[in-house]
Amino acid sequence: MFKVIMDWLSIIAIPAILLFFLGFGYFKKVKVYEEFVEGAKEGFKVGVTIIPFLVAMLVAIGMFRACGALDFLTNILGSVTSKIGIPGEVLPMAFMRPLSGSGSISVMTEIMKTYGVDSLYGFIASTMFGSTETTFYVVAVYFGAVNIRNTRYALPAGLLADLAGLITAVYICKLLF
Amino acid sequence: MLNHIWAWMILISIIVAGVNDFYQELNRQPAASAQTEQRNLNKETRLGQITSAAIESADTAVKISFGLIGVMAMWLGVMRVAEKAGMIDIISRIVRPVTKRLFPTIPSDHPAIGAMIMNIAANMLGLSNAATPLGLKAMEELDRLNPKKGEATDDMITFLVINTSAITLVPATAIAIRASLGSINPQKIVIPSIVAASVATLVGLTAVKLIQYFQKKKGGKQNV
Repeated sequence: MFKVIMDWLSIIAIPAILLFFLGFGYFKKVKVYEEFVEGAKEGFKVGVTIIPFLVAMLVAIGMFRACGALDFLTNILGSVTSKIGIPGEVLPMAFMRPLSGSGSISVMTEIMKTYGVDSLYGFIASTMFGSTETTFYVVAVYFGAVNIRNTRYALPAGLLADLAGLITAVYICKLLF
Repeated sequence: MLNHIWAWMILISIIVAGVNDFYQELNRQPAASAQTEQRNLNKETRLGQITSAAIESADTAVKISFGLIGVMAMWLGVMRVAEKAGMIDIISRIVRPVTKRLFPTIPSDHPAIGAMIMNIAANMLGLSNAATPLGLKAMEELDRLNPKKGEATDDMITFLVINTSAITLVPATAIAIRASLGSINPQKIVIPSIVAASVATLVGLTAVKLIQYFQKKKGGKQNV
């Protein structure tokens, strides 16, 4: 039931927003076409402004993923975290999630293929994916769009939130499984 | 902060790849005759792999940025119409009790509030195509209140943390992949995801507010 409602909601959402906003504007005698074009002009500028920030971030992440440090880290940390109930098998997911969206999709798929979709590890990995965002990417894109180079405590705060989410994902899945 | 993390990610990659290749070469059994041996060092070595990763990532970054332009333009156009019609004002006023606490320094009728709310709502519904443009619009509005251009404000960071720990009512991608791999219950992750994301948001917001509190106490903004 929940799934059906949510499916419909996400189908209706965008047409509803467009109908509501543009309709409301039209009847309030806003020159909708002219204003739309005026606003849309910004789109190109934002896209281009992001490029250097995203290049810097994705290059560093790409190199870090390719060098093999992640495997090394998960091997070492796995034995430690399993003592507090976090299985080493899901650690690659925890490390990949904040770094790369496409990377974490492939890690999640791999875990589910190796241990089974409906296994505990598969359940944990997909919950981890569903409950956090690609923080490095969001920081690069969002701050890049307004040309902010000094991000202050944004990344540590974002990563701390991720860590909390990832750990919660492990424990709640173990509880529900 | 990002300076250090960024530099170390690249430095570590090169060092780890280099050390790894060095050991591999030391322990390698050379082929019977050196002339007939064909080696593709580019693929075989970690150093070769990080080089191609760097080049491919740079390319991907530009593709992503350009890919954003169309949807970005569309949503910015819609938002502009909504703003002119006074819609954003109305939305901002409705959510004022919440936003007043999270973003105490932003005037409650500021367009940044409307854009942020729209972004959070889009994220909750799993409309990632709409969420990013609306989020960037919010950042642009927040930057208008920024006294020090080029440096993140407290409000921007608060917004970012809400965003990166985004509570999604339907984690559509994860559900789709689970279904494609033949799960008997692909939606099983909905509730645990919402709980985990809520904890993440709560922890993130608490951290951000504590940092802001202590920085204010110390007097003035400082770089962390």
